[in-house]
Amino acid sequence: MVRDVSFGQYFPGNSIIHKLDPRGKILMFIAYIVIIFCAFNYASLAITTAFIAFVLILTKIPFKFYLKSLKVIIFIVIFTSVLNLFYGAGEPLWQWWILKITWDGINRAVFVSVRITCLIIASSCLTFTTSPTELTDAIERLMKPLKAIHFPVHEVAMMMSLALRFIPTLLEETDKIMSAQKARGANTDSGNIIKRVKALVPILIPLFVSAFRRAYDIAMAMECRCYRGGAGRTRMKSIHMGARDTVSFIATALVIAGVIVCNIMIPAVV
Amino acid sequence: MAFISIKNLCFSYAEETDPQPHINAVDDVSLEISEGEFLAVIGHNGCGKSTLAKHLNAMLLPDSGKVYVDGDDTADEEKTWDIREKVGLVLQNPDNQLVASIVEEDVAFGPENLGVDPAEIRQRVDSALKAVDMYEYRMHAPDKLSGGQKQRVAIAGILAIRPKCIVLDEPTAMLDPSGRSEVMSTLLKLNKEKGITIVLITHYMDEAVLADRVVVMDSAKVLTEGTPGEVFSQVELLKKHRLDVPQAAELAHRLRGCGVKIDRIPLTREDCVKMLEEAMK
Repeated sequence: MVRDVSFGQYFPGNSIIHKLDPRGKILMFIAYIVIIFCAFNYASLAITTAFIAFVLILTKIPFKFYLKSLKVIIFIVIFTSVLNLFYGAGEPLWQWWILKITWDGINRAVFVSVRITCLIIASSCLTFTTSPTELTDAIERLMKPLKAIHFPVHEVAMMMSLALRFIPTLLEETDKIMSAQKARGANTDSGNIIKRVKALVPILIPLFVSAFRRAYDIAMAMECRCYRGGAGRTRMKSIHMGARDTVSFIATALVIAGVIVCNIMIPAVV
Repeated sequence: MAFISIKNLCFSYAEETDPQPHINAVDDVSLEISEGEFLAVIGHNGCGKSTLAKHLNAMLLPDSGKVYVDGDDTADEEKTWDIREKVGLVLQNPDNQLVASIVEEDVAFGPENLGVDPAEIRQRVDSALKAVDMYEYRMHAPDKLSGGQKQRVAIAGILAIRPKCIVLDEPTAMLDPSGRSEVMSTLLKLNKEKGITIVLITHYMDEAVLADRVVVMDSAKVLTEGTPGEVFSQVELLKKHRLDVPQAAELAHRLRGCGVKIDRIPLTREDCVKMLEEAMK
């Protein structure tokens, strides 16, 4: 039940997007988020949407997995766009009591839902095509300058990759504990909110205890495999920029330029 | 000198100042393990066999006595990493030993820690995965594998460090029968084909039978040791210490008790069938 989450999962594959340098992917992802929120008219919004749709096709991952990741946030999208719909300024097109719909409100609703959808698709494109190890590796390298101020870059990256590795394991364990507590008569899905929160305690305590026990085991297993911190470590997959990374940077730069040009040429609608 | 030699090893988990009576988890154990050997250590839960295993790669250090690995004292802190490179330890729970989200990246973890060159790591990872027959699964996520497969990946992870000896602390305890036989045949293959010394800690007698030599531990001491044939023919002694014997040996022992003449105690099912055929004649 809790395991049915595709957001943040990795799908091994051989597409161009899979092969891109993870550092480049992270930087482009950040640039893309910024640019989505800088798209102020329909032309620039169309450019950003078309771009992410193009990337999505290039990943060669079945569309249904993207839909699955959207399912998690569909409620947020609907909620925020409905709110925006009624908060527009200007001439009302339709009015009932204090609720009024204006062109401005419609525009806002469209922009907010398209932006959030693009954001989720973009982050799915990143996590679906980049293995957690590559991701943390890239973050470690991007944060390397922070070492100068004694920030424990390697340790943070190691913690992140271990956390990512154990998410499915701990979810599975949560499922098991829930079944075990249900078998002993625990009731987790009825009663008022306080009762339900209290019912979580017998699930969380065993989960914590076992997580600590696991942590002890993992530390031992890592020591058995000669782990002694980041110093002197090498990597099997050394990441380096290639021609395809340059192409991807140019494509992203073009999208950014396109959005900026559209913003200057065409008046903003939101 | 033997590859690993243990001399009068004593170890206790209790603090010196503990008011409770001082009980050693391992008490005056001496043992020699030679290179290329397949050694099984059997005994009850809490008999000290896991504690013994953790002394072999300097995870625990003796309170008194010495452990030498390839001539190096495990108590010498400068040698700790050399020793761990020579002796790999595989633990019971396969889930808690895999640190990466992709099989091949996990296997690469050990050599990466040693600072091996990337091209060489790639080669080591591929050959380690092939040695445990998990090469096709190299791109899978560990949580999608069965218990036996996970444990084989854990073995590959140790194998990629290129140790001379692998110590396994009850590697099959959490596995189903098919997972157990997968792991056992992998270990036998590594021992026979690659000449890797295997120390298998187990409480399954059927697994111990496959070893070259068996050490039986009971309440922190070595009870008896010898070839499987020698050890399991001492049915009375093992029974007295509430230890199981393989079913075939048990049957032969009982038949002997009924006056049937049997010269050699069988250890496996096939041996047992042969023995019965002979006895029928």
